[in-house]
Amino acid sequence: MRAAKADFWSGLALGGLGGFIIVQASRWEYLGADGPGPGFFPLWYGIAMAALSLALVFFSVTKPGSERINWDGAGRAFTTWLALAVSVALLKVLGFLVCFAALTFFIVAVMYRRPLWVAAAVAIGATAAFYLVFPFALGVKLP
Amino acid sequence: MQGFAVALQPMNLLWCFVGVVLGTVVGVMPGLGPPATIAMLLPLTFLMNPASAIIMLAGIYYGAKYGGSTTSILLNVPGESASVATCFDGYQMARNGRAGAALGIAAIASFIAGTVGVIGIMLVAPPLARMALAFSSPEYFALMALGLAMVVLLAGRSMVKALLATLVGLWLAGIGTDLFSQTSRFTFGRMELLSGIDFVVVAIGVFAIGEVLANMEGREAAKALPVPKGWRNLLPTLQDLKDSRFAFLNGSVVGFLIGVLPGAGSTIASFISYGLEKAVSRRPEQFGKGVVEGVAAPEGANNAETGGALIPMLTLGIPGSSTTAVLLAALVLWGFKPGPLFIPENPALFWGLVASMYIGNLMLLVLNMPLVPLFAQVLRTPAYILYPVILGIAMVGVYSTSGSLFDVWLLAGFGLLGYLMRKLDYPSAPLILGLVLGGAMERALRQSLMMSDGHVSILVSRPVSAVMLSLALLILLMPVFGKINRWRLQALEK
Repeated sequence: MRAAKADFWSGLALGGLGGFIIVQASRWEYLGADGPGPGFFPLWYGIAMAALSLALVFFSVTKPGSERINWDGAGRAFTTWLALAVSVALLKVLGFLVCFAALTFFIVAVMYRRPLWVAAAVAIGATAAFYLVFPFALGVKLP
Repeated sequence: MQGFAVALQPMNLLWCFVGVVLGTVVGVMPGLGPPATIAMLLPLTFLMNPASAIIMLAGIYYGAKYGGSTTSILLNVPGESASVATCFDGYQMARNGRAGAALGIAAIASFIAGTVGVIGIMLVAPPLARMALAFSSPEYFALMALGLAMVVLLAGRSMVKALLATLVGLWLAGIGTDLFSQTSRFTFGRMELLSGIDFVVVAIGVFAIGEVLANMEGREAAKALPVPKGWRNLLPTLQDLKDSRFAFLNGSVVGFLIGVLPGAGSTIASFISYGLEKAVSRRPEQFGKGVVEGVAAPEGANNAETGGALIPMLTLGIPGSSTTAVLLAALVLWGFKPGPLFIPENPALFWGLVASMYIGNLMLLVLNMPLVPLFAQVLRTPAYILYPVILGIAMVGVYSTSGSLFDVWLLAGFGLLGYLMRKLDYPSAPLILGLVLGGAMERALRQSLMMSDGHVSILVSRPVSAVMLSLALLILLMPVFGKINRWRLQALEK
């Protein structure tokens, strides 16, 4: 994907956010008897965001450079993020220690293609270390 | 001398040592901040002599500032908000195989700035405290605007993208209940968002998780970062010290002066100091790529702020941060009355504390320098072990701050945002700057306009705020001046 195209789409997304902020802020009081209301500050940064986003979109169309964004390997990053999200979703059900061990096992075995015994050893060792350092030694509550 | 007589008593020396060691550990652990640690230890101090107790608690406070740089440099995980600016160049130095030098310079900068802070307390505590009282909302707004203008210096290749990232930070800072009108803003009906988004969640998500995701792109990364080789890279060189001499001074002075202002905090001190260092540097283009001054300045500011922050707490009874609020509570619980009469009524306690801070800073330097090569060995950990551990530390750090699983979700979300910002070339530092300053800036602006019945002229009619706003404007216009100068030179050549 060309950088200009990415700028175009990210500019549109931020423009949308700017618009949303303006709409929300206009529903709140701008100036009251006591001074500026809750809508005062958001309205101004919303307007600034919308204007700058438009500028970004404009520049991406009028001055499209030849630079490309390298998305090679992004799939691996997104897969890791998905694994993290799944482990966060399961935190309430399984607790941190099980989820963290599973996440570690996944990263070592699937993402880095290490032997299963290495993945298991790393998962168990890291989880035990977390337990010993945080709840046991420091009294910090785990999720 | 009276202070040293108190601080050098064997028991006080021991408690000072315990405090700085505990503080260093607390600083290294993300999420386990000094306020929580001091609050947890408070009941134990009732059995202690008040001088020993305050010496130990203050040791935790400034010891944590030392420790906070370690995870920022090695893992890109800021242990606290004030360590974010250290990530910019500290982590890049680690990537360049100079983690040891970065850790060493952080320790030296912390020592120098901590010492300057202590000397500052000794010399100018009462007059500075009175001056800080003259700071009202317009001056605070101008200070925040000056801090926000630093975005110009933190911008990457695109100023528009940097400004957009700052505005997103301002928006994130605005999420939650408006304290003036009790209106809930941008909470999407979620109870968890009523109290706003914790800075730690965003900083750890964008920096640490974003970094892990970016590094996961490569399949065969045997080592996460290059391990420093040889003594030259394990400790700062003479050239590093020479390059950092202005940064030491800059960090010390900026950090101390901002620390004196209640509520300004070490985060803004570290950002302003970093921005100032970049502005006057002969190699500004190298900032963000791993320059030693980029570590020395924010680390110095972060530590000098500790000394400054104690001034309004002790002499006016005004805490400037959550840590000084807990320290103030401790003093009140022990039966003291922090305020204008605190120093004349308790000279032994005050000067004992000041002298112990000097000794404590020396202890920290002696303790930390030999540990630098040891900490640098963390980089020997293979990527497939290090990255899951960073993800785990991030989750525990965020959860331990708020006890909310929703914040862990937010952490994952901000991690993805951090990764996408990298890919799309949006700088993340301006987002953090906007988030840190947004709330205080809005508060100061609204209070100023209330004071003046809505007249904006109040911001420029007061000399201090006028000067600071002019400086902010100058900084914001710097890229424009640069462009005009380039056009002029091109025209002259033609």
